[in-house]
Amino acid sequence: MIDESVLERLPLIAGEFLREALPYPWNWIVRSLLVIVGILAVFGGLFAALTLAERKLLGRFQNRPGPNRTTIPFTRIRLFGLFQPIADALKILTKEDIVPRSADRLLHFLAPVSLVAFALITFAVIPFGRHIVPVELDAAVLYFFAAGTASELAVFMAGWASRNKYSLLGAMRALAQLISYELPLLLSFVPVIMLAGTLSTTGIVDAQDGWVAGFIPKWHVLTPWGLVGFVVFLIAAFAESNRAPFDLPEAESEIIAGHLTEYSGFKYALFFMAEYLGMCALSAMGVTLFLGGWRAPLPLLEIIPSYAWFAVKLLSVLFLFIWVRATLPRLRMDQLMRLAWKFLVPAGLLNLLAAASWQLTAGWSATALGLGARWALAFAIVVIPLHLLARTMTRHHQPRVYRYA
Amino acid sequence: MLGSGIINGLAVTAKNLVGSFNDPKRLVTTEYPEQRTQIPEAFRNFPFLVCDDGDKSLETLRCVACQICEKECPPQCIYIEKSKDKKPDATGKPQFYPAVFDIDTSVCMSCQICVEVCPFEAIKMDQEFEIATGDRFGGLLFDRDRLTRSNAYYHCIHPTEAAAVDARLAADRKAAEEKAKAAAAAAAAKAAAAAKAKAEATAAPPAPKPPEGSPPAP
Repeated sequence: MIDESVLERLPLIAGEFLREALPYPWNWIVRSLLVIVGILAVFGGLFAALTLAERKLLGRFQNRPGPNRTTIPFTRIRLFGLFQPIADALKILTKEDIVPRSADRLLHFLAPVSLVAFALITFAVIPFGRHIVPVELDAAVLYFFAAGTASELAVFMAGWASRNKYSLLGAMRALAQLISYELPLLLSFVPVIMLAGTLSTTGIVDAQDGWVAGFIPKWHVLTPWGLVGFVVFLIAAFAESNRAPFDLPEAESEIIAGHLTEYSGFKYALFFMAEYLGMCALSAMGVTLFLGGWRAPLPLLEIIPSYAWFAVKLLSVLFLFIWVRATLPRLRMDQLMRLAWKFLVPAGLLNLLAAASWQLTAGWSATALGLGARWALAFAIVVIPLHLLARTMTRHHQPRVYRYA
Repeated sequence: MLGSGIINGLAVTAKNLVGSFNDPKRLVTTEYPEQRTQIPEAFRNFPFLVCDDGDKSLETLRCVACQICEKECPPQCIYIEKSKDKKPDATGKPQFYPAVFDIDTSVCMSCQICVEVCPFEAIKMDQEFEIATGDRFGGLLFDRDRLTRSNAYYHCIHPTEAAAVDARLAADRKAAEEKAKAAAAAAAAKAAAAAKAKAEATAAPPAPKPPEGSPPAP
C-alpha cells in the first residue's frame, strides 16, 4: 500500500535500519534476533503487567482494593502498588530452589524450561501487525497446535518427575483436561480454516479484510458460525490455559498445587510465566482467527497502526479471561469431562455444518430477506440441536436442597 | 436458557468492578496500620494487673500475691514470688504484694481463668494485641511493671465490666466498714457489761457467768 503512515511501517524501517547498520555476518540474522528479542521483551513485560492487572482486577471484581502497598524502591511513595511485579520477582528469585530427594533431577529441571520454551515458540506464527509476522508459515495453525500440545508433555513431566502423589494427580488431571479440550479447540478452528481456505495465519487475516455495507468489518466473529466458534474457542481456551473455572490441575483445596507442588523459586516462576504466555498465545490466536487479527474495527480508524489494534484486541480478550476467573467457581472432574465430550465437541461439529451451509448459501446475501434467511439457517443448525442437547443434559438438574445446613 | 446463569454472574462481578471505583462504601477492607476498627468491648487478649492509681502503681496494686491464679492457670504461664514485707492495700490493711509477677504470653491461652478465680479483682484481661517482637523469649515474657495498668485504663477498655467491679468493691468495702463498726459497738457494749458486772461482784455475791462466745450484734 502507498498511503501507509510512518508508524505503520515502523517495524519495517527499524529492521531495515539494523540490517544496514550491522556488518556482514550479523545483518542476515538480524531479523530473527529482532523477533526473538521483541517477543521476549514484549511478552515478558506483558507477563509482569498481567500478574499485577489480574490481582488488581480480581480485587475490584470482589470489592477489594487489591495489592496497593508496594512502594517505589528506596522511597515511601506507593503509587497504587504499581511496583508489585518487581517485589514479586525479587521475592521469587531469592527463594531457595528445592528439589525433592527422590525426584528425577533432570526431568524436574527440564519440565519448567521446556514448558516456557513451548509457550514461547507458539508466538512465532502470530501476525501482530501488518508488517510484524515473525515467521510466515503455510501451515501456521498446524504449527501452533503442535507447539501448544507439546506443553502437555512438559506438564506431565513435571508431575512425574516430582515423585509426589499430588503432583502426579495434578499432572494426570491436567493431561486429561488438556487432551479433552484440544478437540473442541481444534473443531472451533476448522470452520475458519475451511472458509479461509488456508492454514496460514496471514491468509486468515487477509480473509477477514473488507467491509460489509462500508462500515461493518468482515470479521469471522460477526458471522453465525464464527460467533459459535468463538464461544467454543473461548471455553476451550480457558481450559487449555488451566484457568478458573477449569483450574482443576492445580486446585489448591484438593491437591495442594498439582504439578507445581514440588517447585519453588525460579522454577515456579517459570511455570507461572508459561501459564500466562500460553494464555497470551491462545488469546492472540483467537484474535487472529475470529476478531480480524490486526484489522481496525472501522474504516475511519485505520490511521491507528495495526499493531495497536492487535494489542487492544489481545488485552480485551485477556480482560475477559480475568473477568471469567473472578466470576465462575471451579468445575468438578466429571462436569469438566462431560462439558468437553458431550457438549463442546457436538457444538464444534454442528458449527462445521453451519459453516458449510453459510458457504453454500453465499448467493442469498443479495437481498435483505435472503441475508436474514442465511443467518437463520446457519444459527438454526447449531442452536436447535444444542438447545435440545442441553435440555437432556440438564433434565435432572434442580436447585440443591440443604437438609442439614 | 443455557448459560444465563453464567451471564448473570458476569453481570454481578462487572457491577462490582465499576461500583468499587465509584462507591467507596463497597470497599470493605480496613487498611490496618493506618486505619483501625473499633475493638469490641468483649474482646480479650492477655491478662494485666490492676492498680487503683496509675501514678503510684506499685503502692496501689490490688494483687496480694495469694498465688491462686498461678495454681489455677491451665498452661502454667504465671510465675509469682511473694514479698517478704507487707504494704498497706486500698483499705489501709497491711498485705503481701508480688515481688515478681511474670506472665509468659507465648504460653498464655487467653482463657481468663485467672480473672475468674481472683478474689481481689486484681487481674483482668487486656486488649493490647500488637505485642509482636523479634525476641521470642524475653520479649514475650511480661514482668510486673509491664503488666500493671491503672483502673482508669480498665474503665477505658471494658467500661461495663469495670463499673460493675467498682460497684462490687465499694459495696464490699462498705459492708466491711459496717461490720467493723458493729463489731466495735458490740465490743464496747461487752466491755461496759463486764465493767458493770465487776462493780456488782464487788458489792454483791458473784452472779452466774454470762454464756461464753456470745455472738456479736449483727
